[in-house]
Amino acid sequence: MSETLVSVQDMKVHFPIKRGVFMDRTVGYVYAVDGVDLEIKRGETYGLVGESGCGKSTLGRAMLRLNEPTAGKMVFDGQDFSALKGEELRKMRRRIQMVFQDPLSSLDPRQSVESILIEGLRAHDLDEGKESTSKRLRELLSAVGLPSTALRKYPHEFSGGQRQRIGIARALALNPDLIVADEPVSALDVSVQAQVVNLLEELQDQFGLTYLVIAHDLAVVKHISDRVGVMYLGGLVEEATAEDLYAEPLHPYTRALLSAIPVPDPVVEDRRERILLAGDLPSPANPPSGCRFHTRCPWRQASRCDTERPALRELKPGHKVACHYAEQIQSGEIQPHEVKPILVEEGDTLSPDIPLVGPASVTEALNP
Amino acid sequence: MALLEVRDLTVVFQRKGEEPFRAVDGVSFDVEPGQTVGLVGESGCGKSVTSLAIMGLLPKRGAKITGTVSYDGTDLLKLSDREMRDRRGRDLGMVFQDPLSSLNPVVPIGLQVTEVLERHRGMPRKEAMIEAKDLLDKVGIPDPNRRLKEYPHQLSGGMRQRALIAIALACRPKLLIADEPTTALDVTIQAQILSLMKELVQDLGTALVMITHDLGVVAGLCDEVNVLYGGKVVEKAMRHKLFAEPRHPYTHGLLASIPRLDAAPGEKLTPIRGSVADNIPWTSACAFAPRCPNALDVCRAETPAEVEKLGRLLRCHNPVVPGTPAAEEVPV
Ligand SMILES: Nc1ncnc2c1ncn2[C@@H]1O[C@H](COP(=O)(O)OP(=O)(O)OP(=O)(O)O)[C@@H](O)[C@H]1O
Ligand SMILES: Nc1ncnc2c1ncn2[C@@H]1O[C@H](COP(=O)(O)OP(=O)(O)OP(=O)(O)O)[C@@H](O)[C@H]1O
Ligand code: SF4
Ligand code: SF4
Ligand SMILES: [Mg+2]
Ligand SMILES: [Mg+2]
Repeated sequence: MSETLVSVQDMKVHFPIKRGVFMDRTVGYVYAVDGVDLEIKRGETYGLVGESGCGKSTLGRAMLRLNEPTAGKMVFDGQDFSALKGEELRKMRRRIQMVFQDPLSSLDPRQSVESILIEGLRAHDLDEGKESTSKRLRELLSAVGLPSTALRKYPHEFSGGQRQRIGIARALALNPDLIVADEPVSALDVSVQAQVVNLLEELQDQFGLTYLVIAHDLAVVKHISDRVGVMYLGGLVEEATAEDLYAEPLHPYTRALLSAIPVPDPVVEDRRERILLAGDLPSPANPPSGCRFHTRCPWRQASRCDTERPALRELKPGHKVACHYAEQIQSGEIQPHEVKPILVEEGDTLSPDIPLVGPASVTEALNP
Repeated sequence: MALLEVRDLTVVFQRKGEEPFRAVDGVSFDVEPGQTVGLVGESGCGKSVTSLAIMGLLPKRGAKITGTVSYDGTDLLKLSDREMRDRRGRDLGMVFQDPLSSLNPVVPIGLQVTEVLERHRGMPRKEAMIEAKDLLDKVGIPDPNRRLKEYPHQLSGGMRQRALIAIALACRPKLLIADEPTTALDVTIQAQILSLMKELVQDLGTALVMITHDLGVVAGLCDEVNVLYGGKVVEKAMRHKLFAEPRHPYTHGLLASIPRLDAAPGEKLTPIRGSVADNIPWTSACAFAPRCPNALDVCRAETPAEVEKLGRLLRCHNPVVPGTPAAEEVPV
């Protein structure tokens, strides 16, 4: 059995931007995911972070084939998942489950918890008679810390944290190998987030699960992940173990991101030096040439940064970075300079009176 | 006397066919010029209702407001709608979480700024245009001349929030209330906006009330912090004291439950059990008792009073003793 469970190879998802009376003209593309390679090892938690719209959810969905990728593939447990069809695809789907940000929008309000859980089992022929199923349901609920009386209740009768537990139970019901959790705690109250984070960690130990955790909160991701990938405008800019990434961020964007996250400790906050980035995130419909971060990068160097897109390369064992000058920046040979904010047009490729086709992000689409 | 003195502010919502609901329950705090006071707490604890009550923006019907909100010696709660509207433009500024809903979508940004300048500072149009450009520049909007002519939807979320701050600043308010001004923004943009707000307080001596659920934001920005739970202030202290030695079990629990970026690897989180849905009424108990690891019998029998002890204001029968571990392991 190979150590690698998931291998994503040159994944791309480009959404067409349609115009015209019948929405029949393609006037451009949103380069939501634009060439991502990553591997997830068996039993580990891989965290994917980045700011809104950088393509995290789209990448996760493309891996599960909820969005058909424009290019690239995902190999799951040695099999090309992107090429599977029919019965084989259905079988493989059972092994990869998803947990969403707001379980309420992904749980049918008219179904009791029992029928939500049984539905999944039936769809994959795991319903083995009344007795064994009811035993299984009770096991599941106890695994996620809900009383068995929850079975007869409906989603709206639960608090946010409890609903997230139901969402997790539903994913667990199918005995998956991989769980893709997209912003699993960001809709929850701070005091409740830790309950769900700890639950995910315990379930991983108990069932030997592999996780892909997608979130914008780097503190949560750092806490829960073994390895972390940082995305910016559709591409991975850095990948390292959670500790290395925090201890020694190599990409200018990661440095800025880490320095921007407030820490609940006034002593630390007073001493901290922030790398304030100028301006806004460019639109993924009109990504900058060369290094996509060059419009905001305080270390940007003339010409090469603007013209040549840096590849993700391994600088140290297990620590990859996509920056032409990572070594010189780290050694201090290249110093940061001031950046003038560049106008980011919300409607650069689009006329202001025609709304962008599609939601601002997958999160927005799922939680209107 | 402080610039703003909120005393015993209470907001009771009368919902049809339901028990009256005390969203804000006897909240008091002061803000001085050049000072930042934080209101923190999780969803539903009454942060926004507090700020709306101060600004006179709660619906007249259905909300019963008592207590006093004294601004520079005048009780704002006693003013007429007209007088309040005038104050809001002149002395009191407000920045909301969602700038799109508080900007007028069909009026260009520039006009929204100059309107305030003309109305409240009596500037002629021409002068107002120049001042508006300066304001956009000051809040870090690139190419302000062009931005002035644009509509809110043409700006990104971060730029809209800046525009809103520019509008709030246009009348040079002595008091600014910011309700989750960065919650909808990305962290790199949040950092820009927070540093801007810090500058304002320092350079203009604005009194700032910062409302947020993010303890990290509070730690970096606020001088004094009010922790709210179920509509009441449960702990009030200067930020260094509060974070170094949280004494209220709720504050303590919150800090133990959030992952810190600078935490040692493998550090465990200690969640607070249950959720706000488990709260019991403050009437003759502590609302937090069902979730509190320190709860005693008295906590379900007697409302804890707000008393000054341990160098802070505390509302608790059995405060946390520093150095002791969390009272119990919380089952997941
Ligand atoms: N169905 C779609 N059609 C067109 N564009 C889309 C679609 N789904 C996503 N996009 C675009 O793809 C980009 C990436 O979106 P995605 O939801 O993956 O971002 P994200 O990193 O998950 O952001 P968030 O943190 O807000 O969830 C965005 O610019 C978004 O507008
Ligand atoms: N107009 C209203 N009528 C009735 N109840 C209201 C009204 N506005 C707010 N409430 C209730 O008052 C309580 C406090 O609400 P508030 O908006 O102040 O919370 P908050 O602390 O700002 O939370 P959040 O972090 O979610 O913004 C909530 O339970 C809310 O449902
Ligand atoms: S390649 Fe150039 S622009 Fe990109 S991150 Fe590195 S230094 Fe900055
Ligand atoms: S009063 Fe009692 S229940 Fe409330 S916080 Fe203090 S110890 Fe806990
Ligand atoms: Mg997303
Ligand atoms: Mg609010």
